Amino acid sequence: MLKIILRRAAAGVVLLFAVSALTFTLVSLIPGDAASALLGPNASEQQLTALREQLGLNLPLWQRYFEWAVSAVQGDLGTSIVSPQPVATQLNRGLAVSIPLAFGAVVLASAIGTALGVYAATEGRWLSKALDVVALIGMGLPPFWIALVLSNVFGVELGWFPATGFVPFPDDPVLWAKSLVLPIAALCVGGIAMVSKQTRDSVDEVLSKEFVDVLRVQGLSPRRILFGHVLRNAAIPAIAVTGGLFVSTLSGAVLAESVFGLPGLGSIAVRATATRDVPVIVAVACYFCLIVIVVNLVLDAIYAFVDPKVRTRS
Amino acid sequence: MTEPTPLATGVIVPTPEAAARRAQSPLLQLARRRPLAFAALVYLALLVLVAVLGTVIAPYDPVSGNLAESLQGPSWAHWLGTDQLGRDTLSRLIVGTGPTLLYTGQVVAAALISGVAFGMLAGFAGGYVDTFIMAISDLLMSLPGMVMLLVVLTLFQDNMPIAMVCIGVLVSGFLMRVIRASTLSYRQETFIDAAAVAGLPTSLILGRHILTRQLGTVLVQASMLTGMALLLVTGAAYLGFGTEPPYPSWGLMIGDGAQIFGTQPMLMVSAGLAIACTVIATGLLGEGLRDLTTERWSGARARARAPRRLRRREPAMALEQVDQPVNTLLSVRGLQVAYGDADLGVVHGIDFDVAPGSTVGLLGESGSGKSATARAILGVLRNGRVTGGRVLFNGTDITGIGEFPAARRTELGIAYISQEPHMSLDPAWRVGAQLVEALRQHRPELSKVEARESALDLLEKVQMREPEEVFQKYAFELSGGMAQRVSIARALCAEPQLLIADEPTTALDVTVQAEILDLLRDIQLRTGMAILLITHDWGVVADMCSSAVVMRNGVVCEAAPIEVLFSAPADDYTASLLASNPAAMPTREQREEERR
Repeated sequence: MLKIILRRAAAGVVLLFAVSALTFTLVSLIPGDAASALLGPNASEQQLTALREQLGLNLPLWQRYFEWAVSAVQGDLGTSIVSPQPVATQLNRGLAVSIPLAFGAVVLASAIGTALGVYAATEGRWLSKALDVVALIGMGLPPFWIALVLSNVFGVELGWFPATGFVPFPDDPVLWAKSLVLPIAALCVGGIAMVSKQTRDSVDEVLSKEFVDVLRVQGLSPRRILFGHVLRNAAIPAIAVTGGLFVSTLSGAVLAESVFGLPGLGSIAVRATATRDVPVIVAVACYFCLIVIVVNLVLDAIYAFVDPKVRTRS
Repeated sequence: MTEPTPLATGVIVPTPEAAARRAQSPLLQLARRRPLAFAALVYLALLVLVAVLGTVIAPYDPVSGNLAESLQGPSWAHWLGTDQLGRDTLSRLIVGTGPTLLYTGQVVAAALISGVAFGMLAGFAGGYVDTFIMAISDLLMSLPGMVMLLVVLTLFQDNMPIAMVCIGVLVSGFLMRVIRASTLSYRQETFIDAAAVAGLPTSLILGRHILTRQLGTVLVQASMLTGMALLLVTGAAYLGFGTEPPYPSWGLMIGDGAQIFGTQPMLMVSAGLAIACTVIATGLLGEGLRDLTTERWSGARARARAPRRLRRREPAMALEQVDQPVNTLLSVRGLQVAYGDADLGVVHGIDFDVAPGSTVGLLGESGSGKSATARAILGVLRNGRVTGGRVLFNGTDITGIGEFPAARRTELGIAYISQEPHMSLDPAWRVGAQLVEALRQHRPELSKVEARESALDLLEKVQMREPEEVFQKYAFELSGGMAQRVSIARALCAEPQLLIADEPTTALDVTVQAEILDLLRDIQLRTGMAILLITHDWGVVADMCSSAVVMRNGVVCEAAPIEVLFSAPADDYTASLLASNPAAMPTREQREEERR
């Protein structure tokens, strides 16, 4: 089992390099480079050449990437074009916002989605049909639309939670939690839809297995069959889709952060895109990739724990 | 003479109905079998029409408004109201459809081309190419779409078509995987090899024989991708990338609507609904198309979905009391079983008895209702129910045992082993844990250690060679014979008076079959339990049973001691079943002897 995790971790490192190299290459395709962006349209050719040399932009692409990667591994992701702050400082601050947001949404979506899915699978056809409809709508509504509606209704109109803004945890834990409630709620709607449908289908599938009948004949109570046997088996496919749920939640988080004015990685990415802040956008892509890799590793470990087929294979 | 005449021409002419069914266009099939998906298709087609017509059908100028009419709700003049600048929301929604769908279309087209091309390449080329492309697909799937979109927009925000094509390629990772998988499965078919042997160029094989068959898959994925792309495109537009104001797009309108939500929510609601309806339509269409192409619509899906109740329900009917004959363990009287929502009868009132300690065979061909009978006795009918009759066990009425409280079922002492030994064990539990669970359920006084000891005893009793080792294993690590032994061991935990064995040896090798039957007989000698053996195999009946019940089409043809059945079957069907039994057929030597 440790072997699997190590192998996946190694693959993750390769993936990280691939993503950073890809982003780096893509970004170098920019018509007009960082130098012209910094100096504006009125700069002379000499000024541009001087700045390019200063920034190392005259070097070949692979060399630039290599240098960037070496310093990135040491924690130096360069300096933002727009602000004098080091990129790493900026992003780490954003991480402190994005991580609780994304994790909160995924955990909440998994918990509510699983409960709904199990309930629909065991309690009959009507609820199951209703879940189909609700899931369809939940997955169809754009997350940023939900975010805007929640912000307007519960933030502006009712004033229950802050409509925008963020309070760091050390400053005031209560306000911190309050500022995350609406963004997490907005983000987990799609997730709940996805998880509940998936759970319902996999519980249905397990319930139709012969071993459930054998256990019933044996006289095991429905509750023990459900919690002891069925859920354990249904969890296996459910964990497999959690990785996908996490990636799509991060996608939604980018927009939710913009809507609620949270200074997370997503807001940083949006600002960097608008100002064409190349070092920042490359670093943000790497950060997101790193988050996904770590989450997938954890999920692999859980997966191996739950599914004996994976555990006993190595 | 309108009837087809197959004999005269030697060619089988399809019946008119079959021909009509085949000639039916996919569109009509969709409309008939998946009306919801068809409605979604119509909606999407209309949406494209709206996008193309745009300003032609918009009732007002979408760009300049009348400030005197700002922030209005729905009215006859402005069906969906107006925004802060007095612009007609409906007109803006109509004109905004164009750029929104255009960008979405660009993303989808690029994703389809990239996904299909790389997926087919990976599936067809195999080897390093396959490994490399799949690594790329993994990479693309592990990046959040919105983040990729922002990276791309950093580069190409002045040139939306290029940005959309880039993002299309970046979101095609999943499609690559799907296409690769189906290419692989088509590739393994013989006709592809035949085509290659016949000298058809690879490009032609790929293009004509593989690509055309992917069409269904591609359509399904295209539909799903459209929904995802629309969410990305409107998200980007909301962030300010895409259509420049004052020109409308759906994403921009949501941004506008959010600002006036407190005073006039109509703009926000209509723009959100436009997006949601479109995404939902693509989802419905995708699901409908998938069902059509995989032909899962045929009811297999409905069956898989049919929720099965784990909870106790009241018995469906009140039946008259019947007394159980003396010296019988199990008595079935007038049992009727029906399946499905239509209550299709499969067992039509059958009677038989099982005496204590005896072995009774329940015999019949597939579909004769023998398994339904067994499941009805056990109370685990799937999607079916007992519609009449009684099942008596040891003097108690156990009809509808499926709804009995768990504790009552535990007491009764009926055990069950099934046809597929692997399927009857929980795949996520170790063998030992399942035995311990069963043991402690019947004897709660056992401690964990005692239960473990007893479980190991039981494994030895079913002649498992290394009980300690098997105890730690999972079902999938066992051979069929071993799994069936474990099933028997678990059945024995209940110290049953009756064991119902549904084709216990059908899935096993011949030598293992004999071992399992020996084991059952051996256990029966020691414990004195009765066995109801469901089988289609006369050999097994002859080997094991003292009497047998022959079923056909849900009724009992004959029930008799086996000496009578084998020597003088009273029923014609029993006789013909016996005659068709391969074991009873003359061997080659016998046949040759006869010829001499």
